Amino acid sequence: MIVEGGAQPLLQVRNLKKHFGVGSGLFHRPTAVVKAIDGISFDIQRGEVMGLVGESGSGKTTVGRSVLRLVEPTSGEVMFKGQNIGALDPKGLRAARRDMQIVFQDPDASLNPREKVRQVIGRALDIHTIGTRGEREGRIIDLLEKVGLSGDYIDRYPHEFSGGQRQRIGIARALAVEPSFIVADEPVSALDVSVQAQVINLMSDLQRDLGLTMLFIAHDLAVVEHISNRIIVMYLGKIMEIAPAKSLYGNPQHPYTKALMSAVPRPDPTHKHNRILLQGDIPSPINPPSGCVFRTRCPIATAECAQIVPDIIQVAPGHGSACLKNG
Amino acid sequence: MQVETMPLLEVSGLTTCFKTGLDGREINAVENVSFSVRPGETLAIVGESGSGKSVTSLSVMGLLPARTGRIASGSVKFRGRELTTLDNQAMRGIRGREMSMIFQEPMTSLNPVYTIGHQIAEVIVLHQKLGYKAALEKAVEMLDLVGIPEPRKRIQNYPHQMSGGMRQRAMIAMALSCEPALLIADEPTTALDVTIQAQVLELLKDLQARIGMAMVFITHDLGVVAEVADRVCVMYAGQIVETGSAIDIFKAPAMPYTSALLKSVPRLGMGDTRLTAIPGYVPPLSRLPKGCRFRTRCAHSAEICASGQPDLVDMSSGHAARCFRAQELSLRNEAVA
Repeated sequence: MIVEGGAQPLLQVRNLKKHFGVGSGLFHRPTAVVKAIDGISFDIQRGEVMGLVGESGSGKTTVGRSVLRLVEPTSGEVMFKGQNIGALDPKGLRAARRDMQIVFQDPDASLNPREKVRQVIGRALDIHTIGTRGEREGRIIDLLEKVGLSGDYIDRYPHEFSGGQRQRIGIARALAVEPSFIVADEPVSALDVSVQAQVINLMSDLQRDLGLTMLFIAHDLAVVEHISNRIIVMYLGKIMEIAPAKSLYGNPQHPYTKALMSAVPRPDPTHKHNRILLQGDIPSPINPPSGCVFRTRCPIATAECAQIVPDIIQVAPGHGSACLKNG
Repeated sequence: MQVETMPLLEVSGLTTCFKTGLDGREINAVENVSFSVRPGETLAIVGESGSGKSVTSLSVMGLLPARTGRIASGSVKFRGRELTTLDNQAMRGIRGREMSMIFQEPMTSLNPVYTIGHQIAEVIVLHQKLGYKAALEKAVEMLDLVGIPEPRKRIQNYPHQMSGGMRQRAMIAMALSCEPALLIADEPTTALDVTIQAQVLELLKDLQARIGMAMVFITHDLGVVAEVADRVCVMYAGQIVETGSAIDIFKAPAMPYTSALLKSVPRLGMGDTRLTAIPGYVPPLSRLPKGCRFRTRCAHSAEICASGQPDLVDMSSGHAARCFRAQELSLRNEAVA
């Protein structure tokens, strides 16, 4: 089932799958399949921030890329403003991308070191032919100021900025085309703690002021909980739990979510951990466990968990969990 | 007993400088750093990038890059023995046997062309005068100790055949194979997923209790600090800016940087309460502000702060802060009960 968040979502994802071939057999034919995303569905409402949290191999990054069709999904549908993104031709896709942008984790890797800020941000305006040449400079300066940088920085190169400032430039570039939807893929993970808070606050402010809709992807549950209205917890390509942020924190239902929350170290030496210590490693997505993918590490798994793939069932209003034991 | 109260490691007035850029000008990556570690205790050194926390640990281990880095002054005493004047050979005798180090990314510290078992056995043969066969047997024991399943099979694995968490366990097994008195762990869980991090932290605490070793734990993560540390040194721009017990640091921080850092971390359950960010960024070591190095970002900065560098001043027993205004400010952290 799909846990509905309300009417007329901006983004609808239905039974999305992305399988990658890996290994090279004869003539580089793939010898195995990684099920990076294995059938996930969710909606994001207008103006909503959907958090997406998961560990390595959960498929969270692939979800962000598939939604923007930066990778071609294997099957399933992504509907953006009622339009099927998968069915668009290149021209249509380009037009749609004006409305959907991405902010990457590593600003060092996503900014061309040979381009000045003017070119980095101006490129987006060129591609989508926004504004006349004369208007551009003013627009770029506005954007820089919007993300808390001085307009004087317009002719500087990326290396002249600190990591936090570079991430602000990455955000300004995403905002240049005035999108209504942004995928933020681990946007603060590479930043120092003191700078991370600045960028989180900036993203919250921009989201509120511009009425942005956002898919905020991160491995840090505390960061996600802080910025999101609702949260999806993924594990090995599947949704384990989806819930409003408050409800997820206050009343986690899935054993994986509970373990994940208990594993987060608290900055409080007096905090007594009732830690659920998971056994073993995250299995390889090449050969995921049968039935429930979490069962090999789950403290409450039983024999039936190996047989049945659990559906997401509603445990509270707007709160779904994919666990047989929740029934 | 006299021996027990003597610190295991005593660093005093350590200044380490690095050559930078083309002109070869030297800058102090670490300046006048002093701390001590007692047998069996865990000292966390916490700081952001450029704070000097990793350079401090490399200086202690004698692992500074020979061409660019050097200890300019200060002393590092391990069991009362001065390390900074030891030659490489003598240092190698101590490293690995009496003090070991684990790094953030185990892949860079493991040799990709030898099996895990061979690499651990090599350390044991070198330091414990055991035969290779006996050493390999000990390697199996060590892998078992760090919770690697089927250790007898695993010793035949190459590093690339293991997951990140497994490699970090193998690194820990290697570091602990000679039961060192001191383990220096430099961001040992930063590259790991949070559920795996929880396992590795638990393992380190458990092993520490079992073999009674001391730990210097270097991290940027205040959550991890709260979990492992008995005492804490907070570093900023190459200096220790506050030091005290974990409770002192988290409950009653006296340096505005420590307090601001604690407030800027998102905590589970804080909902959408706005984070208190620290403005600006960590200044590069070549362009430090005059006076207190934190003053340009500090919410409590006053005229006096530009007048000169504040000293690390005792607040109470074992708790010191580098701030002119530490006594008059009240920076209690409400989030810690």
